[in-house]
Amino acid sequence: MHPAFSVIFFTVASGAGFGLFSLLFIADVFKLGGGFSREQLVIGGLIALGLIVFGLLSSTFHLANPKNAWRAFNRFRTSWLSREGVFAVIFMPLALIYLVSIWFDAPAWLRDTSGFLAAILAWITVFSTGMIYACLKTIRQWNSPLVPANYLALGYASGSLLLLLGAVVSGLETLPYIAMSALIMSIAAVLKAIYYFWIGSPGLSPTINTATGLTRAKVKLLDTGHTHGTFLTEEFGFQIARQKAGLLKIVVFVLGFALPGLMLVWVFNQHGGEMAAIVAVVAGLVGASVERWLFFAEARHVVNLYHGAQRC
Amino acid sequence: MRLGLVVDLDVCVGCHACAIACKEWNASGTIGPLTDYQPYGAEPSGVWFNRIRSYEMDEYPNNKTVNFPMSCMHCEDAACVTVCPTGASYKRPEDGIVLIDQDKCMGCNYCSWACPYGARELDRSSGTMKKCTLCVDRIYDEKLPVEERQPACVLTCPAHARMFGDFDDPDSAVSRTVRERSGYGLMPELNYSPTNQYLPPRSKPVIPIGPKPKGGLKESIKQFANKLVRR
Repeated sequence: MHPAFSVIFFTVASGAGFGLFSLLFIADVFKLGGGFSREQLVIGGLIALGLIVFGLLSSTFHLANPKNAWRAFNRFRTSWLSREGVFAVIFMPLALIYLVSIWFDAPAWLRDTSGFLAAILAWITVFSTGMIYACLKTIRQWNSPLVPANYLALGYASGSLLLLLGAVVSGLETLPYIAMSALIMSIAAVLKAIYYFWIGSPGLSPTINTATGLTRAKVKLLDTGHTHGTFLTEEFGFQIARQKAGLLKIVVFVLGFALPGLMLVWVFNQHGGEMAAIVAVVAGLVGASVERWLFFAEARHVVNLYHGAQRC
Repeated sequence: MRLGLVVDLDVCVGCHACAIACKEWNASGTIGPLTDYQPYGAEPSGVWFNRIRSYEMDEYPNNKTVNFPMSCMHCEDAACVTVCPTGASYKRPEDGIVLIDQDKCMGCNYCSWACPYGARELDRSSGTMKKCTLCVDRIYDEKLPVEERQPACVLTCPAHARMFGDFDDPDSAVSRTVRERSGYGLMPELNYSPTNQYLPPRSKPVIPIGPKPKGGLKESIKQFANKLVRR
């Protein structure tokens, strides 16, 4: 699949935003490390909302006809893309009520209820983002429950690193934030490793024989019927060399998981504090972006069978 | 009613006339134009509802070229319709034709991701997705003579490799042909239940290609003489 940068930016930014928001709520409920102050909570929440809104806006850049984007809420009953939009839009007012009730010292029940519901909706929205890809039977590398699991784990991992940076900057006790980040990061790393292992073997996937129905003998492409590329070759023809993909997987694990992990140790040992937390955030987000690029680049749509691929 | 096409892979000669006729009719049809990019340039490309590819089956000397026209299969379980967030893609309950409302499409490409057959193509100039309409603006046109109320590709095919009809009627020509010739749908393992059916190439005797039989002494002398004369 052709990796569209607007979609990569959208999924990484909004995933981190939703992750940061729900973890901020948890940090607020349990007053982790002494608890953030009123201003700090609101600033953190606004940063999360900013990431989400920028992400959603950038996702409209890959539309060929954005003036109809408002219609995307229409098919909530069948389309995961529509559901993602609807959940993100319901999340927004709840998140704002939560932040406003923090700012104006509203009764605890309002603050906790709105925060809890917003955190749940953040979870559901990121799950829906993953399901957009996971529900497609045409792409074996995506049609797996590991995909929404990866989207959630990576979103929350990026969010936890952002939250740790917030805790360091705010001068809170960092241990609970380091522990939370370490736990989520290790879960995300393991899930990603399982995913890469899983997509390595083709399993029961369509072949050029089932695609053409000529199942009694070997089939090979003679002519694609077009002189230059088509929409299909542009959108689905993208191919990445196995070696390059392997190299990028190392980059994902080093930048996305190992380096932030090392930085967690540095923060724990009081080496450089703030700087280490910033490096962790940047490395984590860059790693997540590389992971997302690879997620598209490695996906092989079955239409490639008609263009000569023997198996997808 | 479940309208669709039957393509006879045994008969198709790969002349691309169906694709040309399709483009000709639909360029001014309900969801036209079918934009061309650089039609006379170095990299010609554009929107087509029907594409013909050629495959080789088996290996020499048992090989056979199979020309393979493909358009929208008007699937019974059309995932392109269920994934569409705007409701622009829809399947008509009365005849099963899958269409795209050009006024609602936002060009997100998601339906083309869900289609295993590559039936949907984005038109960069209008920013909307386009696909085969089964010539919906032709098959119901009462101003046309009855025999011309068929998709343009079917009418034009010089080899009569294409048929159009109702698959819900077990006695229609398409249903009967599919039964008799063991017609099949493509990529059945994805469970999209494509309406369009393909008739497999018939088995034909292999043309023998062994070494030529020897002609004896007389033939050898003749050939030797011929060689001398040619020098």
